[in-house]
Amino acid sequence: MDGADLIALWISFRLAATTTLLLLLLCTPLAWWLAMGNSRWRVVVDAVVSLPLVLPPTVLGFYLLVLLGPFGGLGRVLHWLGMPAPAFTFSGLVIGSMLYSLPFAVQPLRDAFLAVGARALEVAATLRASSWNRFFTVALPLSARGVLSAVVLSFAHTLGEFGVVLMIGGNIPGRTQTASIALFNHAEALEYGAAYHLSAILLAVCFLLLLAVYTANRRLRATGMLA
Amino acid sequence: MRKIIALLAVLLGPVLLPVHAAELHVAVAANFSGPLQKLAPLFQQASGHQLIISAGSSGQLYTQIKQGAPFDVFLSADTDKPQLLEKAGLAVAGSQFTYAVGSLVLWSAKPGVVDGDGKILQTQQYHLIGVANPQTAPYGTAAQQVLTKLGLWDRLNQDHRVVTGENITQAWQFAASGNVDLSFVALSQVLGADGSIAGSSWLVPQSLYHPIEQAGVIVATTKQKAAAEAFMAWLHSDPAALAAIRSAGYRTGH
Amino acid sequence: MSLSLRVQLARPEFALDVTCELPSRGITALFGRSGGGKTTLLRCIAGLERSARGRIDFNGESWQGNGRFVPAHRRAVGYVFQESSLFPHLDVRGNLEFGLRRVPPAQRRMGLDEAVALLDLSALLRQRAQRLSGGERQRVAIARALLTSPQLLLMDEPLSNLDQASKAEILPHLERLRDQSAIPLIYVSHALGEVMRLADHLVLLEAGRVQAAGPLQQLLARSDLPLADFEDSGSVFDAVVEEHDPAYHLSYVRIAAGRLAVSLKSVPVGGHIRVRIDARDVSLALKPPELTSIINVLPATVLDVRRDRDPAQTLVRLEAGNEPLLARITRRSAVQLGIVPGTLLYAQIKSVALMER
Repeated sequence: MDGADLIALWISFRLAATTTLLLLLLCTPLAWWLAMGNSRWRVVVDAVVSLPLVLPPTVLGFYLLVLLGPFGGLGRVLHWLGMPAPAFTFSGLVIGSMLYSLPFAVQPLRDAFLAVGARALEVAATLRASSWNRFFTVALPLSARGVLSAVVLSFAHTLGEFGVVLMIGGNIPGRTQTASIALFNHAEALEYGAAYHLSAILLAVCFLLLLAVYTANRRLRATGMLA
Repeated sequence: MRKIIALLAVLLGPVLLPVHAAELHVAVAANFSGPLQKLAPLFQQASGHQLIISAGSSGQLYTQIKQGAPFDVFLSADTDKPQLLEKAGLAVAGSQFTYAVGSLVLWSAKPGVVDGDGKILQTQQYHLIGVANPQTAPYGTAAQQVLTKLGLWDRLNQDHRVVTGENITQAWQFAASGNVDLSFVALSQVLGADGSIAGSSWLVPQSLYHPIEQAGVIVATTKQKAAAEAFMAWLHSDPAALAAIRSAGYRTGH
Repeated sequence: MSLSLRVQLARPEFALDVTCELPSRGITALFGRSGGGKTTLLRCIAGLERSARGRIDFNGESWQGNGRFVPAHRRAVGYVFQESSLFPHLDVRGNLEFGLRRVPPAQRRMGLDEAVALLDLSALLRQRAQRLSGGERQRVAIARALLTSPQLLLMDEPLSNLDQASKAEILPHLERLRDQSAIPLIYVSHALGEVMRLADHLVLLEAGRVQAAGPLQQLLARSDLPLADFEDSGSVFDAVVEEHDPAYHLSYVRIAAGRLAVSLKSVPVGGHIRVRIDARDVSLALKPPELTSIINVLPATVLDVRRDRDPAQTLVRLEAGNEPLLARITRRSAVQLGIVPGTLLYAQIKSVALMER
């Protein structure tokens, strides 16, 4: 396996890690609102969040390309602000991946928060915990498994991403060529030795990752149910 | 001592290396990406410029260039897309030229299946035949032209014996895995390093299909115009380049 | 010092509309049938119902009113839920310390050791909540609420999910709490027996409204209230221990109407205990009984006589030494003895029926 493949792997992992981290920051409040809020709009937001699950990745990638390219709506706004258009850059990949893996972060978090239930938070309130305190010392520990699911699923899903990344990234080696694209290139060029090699590494890493995470999951005793 | 050498390298490096050593972003149709990977070191030796290769389907690359992708050169699998780009002002006028001509081959992974004259097609001693998508892949279009000219296209389709792959690679995979008995593939896919073809094959006569001309253009938004021109010129006329293209199973020139 | 309430809250089953003042000492029971609004009212007091309207003032501090709403975590309220609701991700000690930690040290009036001793929890500190029995969990929940040094304690039917044995285990702790701590306690229950044992003050809620409120002793005897209709209805008295008779294993206690013998208690002479007399354990005689096994006889005057739910029975409301006493006798006897308001007679109470657990 050559240096280009190693770089592609590195880009893939960086992409998955960055996307997961940003999704976690963004989706935790969103999932909280979906689980605990009262608004009628929640159903709408739920549906929108789930869209990436059913949209073909190439469709998503195409629309993102149009939107984020230098001629697209967002691209032009950013250009006007003096920033480069995100398409064909690593940032563009992150934006695309965040949209693509959005439901994999939001849904486990939302379900975990729902399982925590209002009672646990009421108890905490009667024990003098303010709203932020309730979130960090009660809701979060009780939804630890959901958080873990969200992290693992987003990471793995982004790692395996292809269509979106290809469209919006442009398959530029060293910049936007991820391991899955490199793999595809090898297969297209009938370089099966390199393809097997690369996919074996991806598979092994993903498997070890999941193994580590689910082992840790076993140790997290708490579920959402109060005793 | 080592420090002095390092210092000298830093100071003299830019001087010793060729002036204007550029990184050229080349978007290439998937079927030519293999040969291009082999051409890249040759070009670098000749000019000092480095090729950064992005492979994809011609349609996808075309869309991306239309959306401002930062490519310098576009090597398509057909002539239509470069022409469209030029019409839209997205390609440097007059920079288009045919860098390779593809050859269609009827191929089976098993020896002794396809005879050297292609009579197997008429004898109907096969069940399924694979082609690339005639609507999106030039080799698929060519395969359709061949079968139509031989009067077999309609009948095979009526009998549902034509398996369409998304691209030429899939068509090849169908035959290579034995899922179809034979496929229309590109010569470049089955030509071995020693010039022989594994399995059994029929090199389809040029008279049966329109030439599969693969054209390239310089993208208008390039910031490396000089290097791009150098590359195109090299690809067009350099003997080493032409030899490499031919040995990959393509023809060169018009 | 008191809790002043004027609360409205619309629910699908009923509309809560309560105006009352609750005393700042002792145990006030919110009593009534299921679905009558007791829990809802309690939650409003705690600040857990944001959509409640009205005024809530505690000890002069406004918790709700004039557009102001103090959230639950800022009210000096301790709350024990019906299902103990212990945090599963903390052990017992962690649960206990959860509230304690969030109270500034200067405001803490109870320490961990004190709460552990009060509720007998020392053996359980390292355990996880899931491993505890129902009774143990509720004791932890009570201690946990106490450790927030609240000025008001709220308990929502804390015993209703427990079996008899667990209830018997916890009731003494609650009595001890009432006797030893100065914190007022509002106790929701639909079990009359619990209320009779613990409460000093009673608020009767029906379909979201206050049907009656007042001292327990008075309300129990009122014939216009459904309390008297309960199978275990009766009367309570605050009695003073006068004498112990270890030879016969008896104690003698004094109430306004006279002296009663109960089974030997460990309460010292001069101490107060609560005495409860079930209406069905009271029989009536026109003359002082002679040569009878019944020791406890009190002179009483009939206040009124009314039908019981059971058509064979009659509920007689008596006054014994200025305190109400309920008796349930057969209608036939009531008629044959000529028992009418104003009749002077003697109430006979079986010794065994005097209960103070």
